[in-house]
Amino acid sequence: MLTAGTPAPDFELYATPDQRVTLSGLKGKNIILAFYPADWSPVCSDQMALYNQMLKYFTDLNAVLLGISVDSKWCHYAFSQSRNLHFPLLADFEPKGDVSKKYGVYNEQEGESERALFVIDKEGVIAWSYLSPAAINPGADGILDALENLKIKQ
Amino acid sequence: MASTLRIPITEQDHLAGDLTAKIHLIEYGDYQCPHCGNAYSILKQIQQELGSSLLFVFRNFPLTEVHPFAMQAAIAAEAANLQNRFWEMHDIIYENQSKLSKGGLFNLAKKINLDMDRYKTDIDDENLRTKVEKDFEGGMRSGVNFTPSFFIDGKKFEGGAEDLHQSLKQYSL
Repeated sequence: MLTAGTPAPDFELYATPDQRVTLSGLKGKNIILAFYPADWSPVCSDQMALYNQMLKYFTDLNAVLLGISVDSKWCHYAFSQSRNLHFPLLADFEPKGDVSKKYGVYNEQEGESERALFVIDKEGVIAWSYLSPAAINPGADGILDALENLKIKQ
Repeated sequence: MASTLRIPITEQDHLAGDLTAKIHLIEYGDYQCPHCGNAYSILKQIQQELGSSLLFVFRNFPLTEVHPFAMQAAIAAEAANLQNRFWEMHDIIYENQSKLSKGGLFNLAKKINLDMDRYKTDIDDENLRTKVEKDFEGGMRSGVNFTPSFFIDGKKFEGGAEDLHQSLKQYSL
């Protein structure tokens, strides 16, 4: 897994059925990259639903949240609509898990991303990363601490 | 992540029990969350079993994007709190979770005999919404990761209400 101080590998992935997002295109913003195993986990424990509720706080810290899993763009589309998500879900679908592998958070056995968090600073360097046990939703306290540390450093 | 409580318990919290009690249990809950609904009766049992050695604290963590009545319900309970009837409202909402709606909350408030004129004014009070949001924010900073989330003596408990019940059994009267 990539750790703090490493330049974040660039990527270009579908964020909606007809729109791609590149990491380099988001320079100047802090990025929260949230890898997760799969869409459609039970709602009350769902990490993406939780972060959706916290978007305002991330925005206040000049951060953009990107969810990422190996699900396809159409699966993300349906999931996003069903959970009323207001941030992009990236499809690490083709080649499968390519970006997850670059970040060192691909689970070969399950064929899914691990549950892992990266906070990337405005220059595109990883400021903080965290690997969570797959079954445990890591919450947002670590993300918020990392974003606040970035704010203090500036 | 081994999360810890960032916002200490104070007199301003909704307290069931005494601050001097041996065990301090906090729930971050959402009134429309079915898991919180299931936890409700288990928590009652825990309270009964532990008696005065337990302080139970309820804090709001409404996931409004998936639970459209969670915020209104939280505000309704806070409005009841202004009439010193928080726990009655909290309880009756959880006991009638399936009937949540604006009208439903109004009927529940009436059922526990709140001063309805005051209730109607108070539910529009922005301060109550702010109070609920403050709870949410504190929970977020403390690592609340689903509802209900529990903290025992300031440490995040990773597990549901059943697990909580099991692990608190050692303190039973």
